Amino acid sequence: MDYFIELLFSGLTRGSIYALIALGYTMVYGIIGLINFAHGEIYMIGAFTAFIVATVLSIYGFPLLAIVIIAGLAAVVWSSSYGYTIEKVAYKPLRHAPRLSPLISAIGMSIFLQNYVLLAQTSDFLPFPALIPDFAFMEPVAHIVGSTDVAILVTTFVVMIILTVIIKFSKIGKAMRATSQDRTMATLVGINVNQVISATFIVGSSLAAIGGLLIASHIGQINFYIGFLAGIKAFTAAVLGGIGSIPGAVLGSLILGLTESFATGYVTSDYEDVFAFTLLVLILIFKPSGLLGKAANQKV
Amino acid sequence: MKFNFSGKLVSAAACLCIALSAPALSLAQDTIRFGVAGAHSGDLASYGLPSVNAAKLVIDKVNANGGINGKMVELLVEDDVCKPEVATNTATKLVSDKVDVVLGHICSGATIAAMPIYKDAGVLVMSPSATSDELTYSGNYPNFFRTIAPNAAQSPAMVDFAIDKLGLTKLAIIHDKGDYGKPLAEGAKAYVEKTGKGEVVLFEGITPGAMDYGAIVNKIKQSGANVVIFGGYHPEASKIVTLMKKKRFDIKFVSDDGVKDDTFIKVAGEAAEGVYAAGPQDNSQNAMAIAAKEEHKKVFGADAGAFFEGAYAAAVAMLNAIEKAGSTDLAALTAVLQSEKVATPVGEINFDEKGDAIGVGFSMYVVENGQYVVVQ
Repeated sequence: MDYFIELLFSGLTRGSIYALIALGYTMVYGIIGLINFAHGEIYMIGAFTAFIVATVLSIYGFPLLAIVIIAGLAAVVWSSSYGYTIEKVAYKPLRHAPRLSPLISAIGMSIFLQNYVLLAQTSDFLPFPALIPDFAFMEPVAHIVGSTDVAILVTTFVVMIILTVIIKFSKIGKAMRATSQDRTMATLVGINVNQVISATFIVGSSLAAIGGLLIASHIGQINFYIGFLAGIKAFTAAVLGGIGSIPGAVLGSLILGLTESFATGYVTSDYEDVFAFTLLVLILIFKPSGLLGKAANQKV
Repeated sequence: MKFNFSGKLVSAAACLCIALSAPALSLAQDTIRFGVAGAHSGDLASYGLPSVNAAKLVIDKVNANGGINGKMVELLVEDDVCKPEVATNTATKLVSDKVDVVLGHICSGATIAAMPIYKDAGVLVMSPSATSDELTYSGNYPNFFRTIAPNAAQSPAMVDFAIDKLGLTKLAIIHDKGDYGKPLAEGAKAYVEKTGKGEVVLFEGITPGAMDYGAIVNKIKQSGANVVIFGGYHPEASKIVTLMKKKRFDIKFVSDDGVKDDTFIKVAGEAAEGVYAAGPQDNSQNAMAIAAKEEHKKVFGADAGAFFEGAYAAAVAMLNAIEKAGSTDLAALTAVLQSEKVATPVGEINFDEKGDAIGVGFSMYVVENGQYVVVQ
């Protein structure tokens, strides 16, 4: 039974990180119909920012809580500004171009950012400081569930609630939902669509930055390439749950994380990815728009 | 018209080069021609240049004592930039210069590419660094020898250490599914099963670069293993040991020379403490190695680089063989290399019938206070 719980938590931890990244994919897709392949890189940049800020602050001897908060905020702000700028530079000029153009632009942006961090920082793996300490009250169960697992789950849960409140009740949230339903109509009723799109990129990037900080302090290392695989997996999760749907992205991510964890635990880790992608294929065969995705009624 | 002209200029220049280099080949065999081939320029030059220095030191010493059997030793140095396609040219050049023995090449890929040319010419080749199993185990290259242990020796070294030295018999063998890690892990598994002295309770591949290895750590724990044997590189190893520490899961972790890297200690930090890793044999106590390194420092004004000891050993072994055999005939040299032990910086060595040096192996290192130290 312990084993089952351990695997469950490993899966949930992984799934939570996927969810934080997948939300960025799904929100951007919902609003401008673009798959933002540079999103994995935003996650990586978030982790790097947190790394740099945390290292500097720990040299000056700040208390851990202050380091976590300041590094977290810095990561969120820095990543958001990257997300915002990428949209302005790489996607906005192509908004009325054929759908393939912004997609290629996104892939280019992803390669650019990876190499930029490679040159500006290093190609080596760097040790990430343990921003999440081992809580004393977790010690009796630490061999089953780690403090970082719990911290990741709780943080993700809180972030999800905040996001839901923003989307459901705030003015910008309403504008986002309106824009995703019909962009032209939203413009007609006086919504500043450009602002809404920017806001979406900022929110998505912030979530990815939080994910980057959490996972980096969980595994204790980063390098410039971590965004690629994480981005692909999170994108898979978003498609699994139905791309464009926010609850779908979370559900898809948790299912993907749990599948990988249980496949490793009960079958073999050699085929971890095979199980994850087989599941994706099966779901797409029976529900082509994903678990919670709306059936796409093409406007002709 | 312009292009034609420059084309002619190039070919004229090429002719001139050939014409200039031709007289350099004097064909009279009044010397012993000792070739050194390997990466002497490019980004891997640091692996190849120490062998040139080693050859110079050994040859200068031999010539100062009157040469071998009355003949002086002449050094021929050729660069292969560690590239297989260049290595074939390097080998052809050396063979056409009537080289007698070759120290090199450095990289496994380049060595494999060059070997057929030396084999056809009947030239003895000895590498200080090429570890590919194919070179000796395939039996394709009877003229190849080396003073470094092959990859295939590493798996038994890790397993023997875990079982005989640490006394841990339940092994979880994990690998990264890559060209380097997987054969090592498979070798370890086969070795455990062949010797029957331990039990493989888990054999699994992990996806390199995955977000975390929480699930596989749980699985190792569930398997009841008391030691992990890992085949792969340090990024995955550091993630695994970090999570093991987080899970309060304290069992020994034994790995390969892909993990014996200071980056591993830097990244894994405290979790790296007590991790064992195999690495090239430690020669720091060998008197000849100490002397050779000091000599290098005196002559070249810098510390000896990678594979210097192995290259020095190879030069000594080959020249000794020429002296004992009284000729540079391959069969005679092979017989001496296999039968006669010779003192070198990597120990007293002779060679087995495959061409691997007997007595050269891996040492086990352990992380202690943020440093790899040799396990005695």
